[in-house]
Amino acid sequence: MAKKELIRVRVNGRDREAEVEPRLLLVHFIREVLALTGTHVGCDTSHCGACTVVLNGKTVKSCTAFAVQADGGELLTVEGLMKDGKLHPLQEGFKEEHGLQCGFCTPGMLMSSYALLETNGHPSEEEIRWGISGNLCRCTGYQNIVKAVQYAAGKAQGATR
Amino acid sequence: MIPPAFEYLRPKTIPEAIAFLQQYGDDAKILSGGQSLIPMMKFRLARPAYLVDINRISGLSYIQEEGGHLKIGGLTREADLEHSDLVRAKYPIILDTAHVIADPQVRNMATVAGNLAHGDPANDHPATMLALGAQVVATGPTGERVVPIEEFFVSLFTTALQPDEIVTEIRIPAPAARAGGAYLKLERKVGDFATAGVAAQVTLDDKGACQKVGIGLTNVGPTPLKAGQAENFLRGKKADQANIEQAAALAAADAQPSSDLRGPAEYKKALVKELTRRALTRAVQRAAK
Repeated sequence: MAKKELIRVRVNGRDREAEVEPRLLLVHFIREVLALTGTHVGCDTSHCGACTVVLNGKTVKSCTAFAVQADGGELLTVEGLMKDGKLHPLQEGFKEEHGLQCGFCTPGMLMSSYALLETNGHPSEEEIRWGISGNLCRCTGYQNIVKAVQYAAGKAQGATR
Repeated sequence: MIPPAFEYLRPKTIPEAIAFLQQYGDDAKILSGGQSLIPMMKFRLARPAYLVDINRISGLSYIQEEGGHLKIGGLTREADLEHSDLVRAKYPIILDTAHVIADPQVRNMATVAGNLAHGDPANDHPATMLALGAQVVATGPTGERVVPIEEFFVSLFTTALQPDEIVTEIRIPAPAARAGGAYLKLERKVGDFATAGVAAQVTLDDKGACQKVGIGLTNVGPTPLKAGQAENFLRGKKADQANIEQAAALAAADAQPSSDLRGPAEYKKALVKELTRRALTRAVQRAAK
């Protein structure tokens, strides 16, 4: 077995560290080492986006990155979206607009939408569809996911007024 | 899927990275964006004993014009191209290309240099770089050497890079006043490899004739291809509809597709013709602006 590496990652605002095999994928680090199972493994081949997390402000497919690459970085998973016992506007939007059915793609959809709204607070419908183009949903036909993101964008806009 | 075990090396400088590559030779692979390498490791198509993670080397991520070239650093991500005002304003063909590579998450990690160094004829930047007449800067134990893009793609998954060399920069000639380009790709869905893709870059002279023409083809041969017959035909000729049609037909003749899940070879040739027609038309429109 290859030499283990000590990695330190700030995960959802909390410092975590672990000794990991270099081949450990980021998604398995998140799910199995950190026990944060909100991040899903879907296709495992970087197509579906269910494993999307935000690493240093940018979305990555955590099935296609090694945990060692996150060393020294900052990670946000779906568990980190809720603040002070209140759902994030995106989570609220997915609930209100029926943005999920089976829910499998939802954590990844939320993280991609989160990163989109961080850089573009008022995305057009087309920008939303491009923003989530790396995430597959087999239930909703995407329509309600787009509405959910619009809901969150609208809410954030309202809050800053 | 769990990739095979490997030793992880994280150099801080280019010389340190090259020393690792020299030490471990064919047993080592460079980990850059990893968006092709990691899937290949999962499928056991690659089993490097050592991964040299170059992502912590500073000073390799940039997009800037200097000395008549656009310079793209060896660690510049696809997403950086999409967000670059310079690329947006002056190199729309590169923006076209970056925009249709994989998906947003993959583009956040994937590097332009990796897209070239992987030597995959299905990757999108090679055709665009062929059309633009780019140069690849490879840094090895004895320093830098500049490889013209026409000499870079040797065979399937094989480039002119030596095992101890790293792509540290890509240089693209800055466009003349009346130059324009476009990249068009047909894909079955977002994130798929191209059924076929065509990059076209045209420089017009003051009479509206094509002074320079570059046409690159994606995923229709064992390597990325330069559509030489089409380029030769169009060079010096007026960029009108009839000549573009003729060049498009020649580009289809330049293509060497094979039949696969994405369609029969005959269909792909027809597709190259149509995509070339459209890419040239858009390139000329952009050049004339």
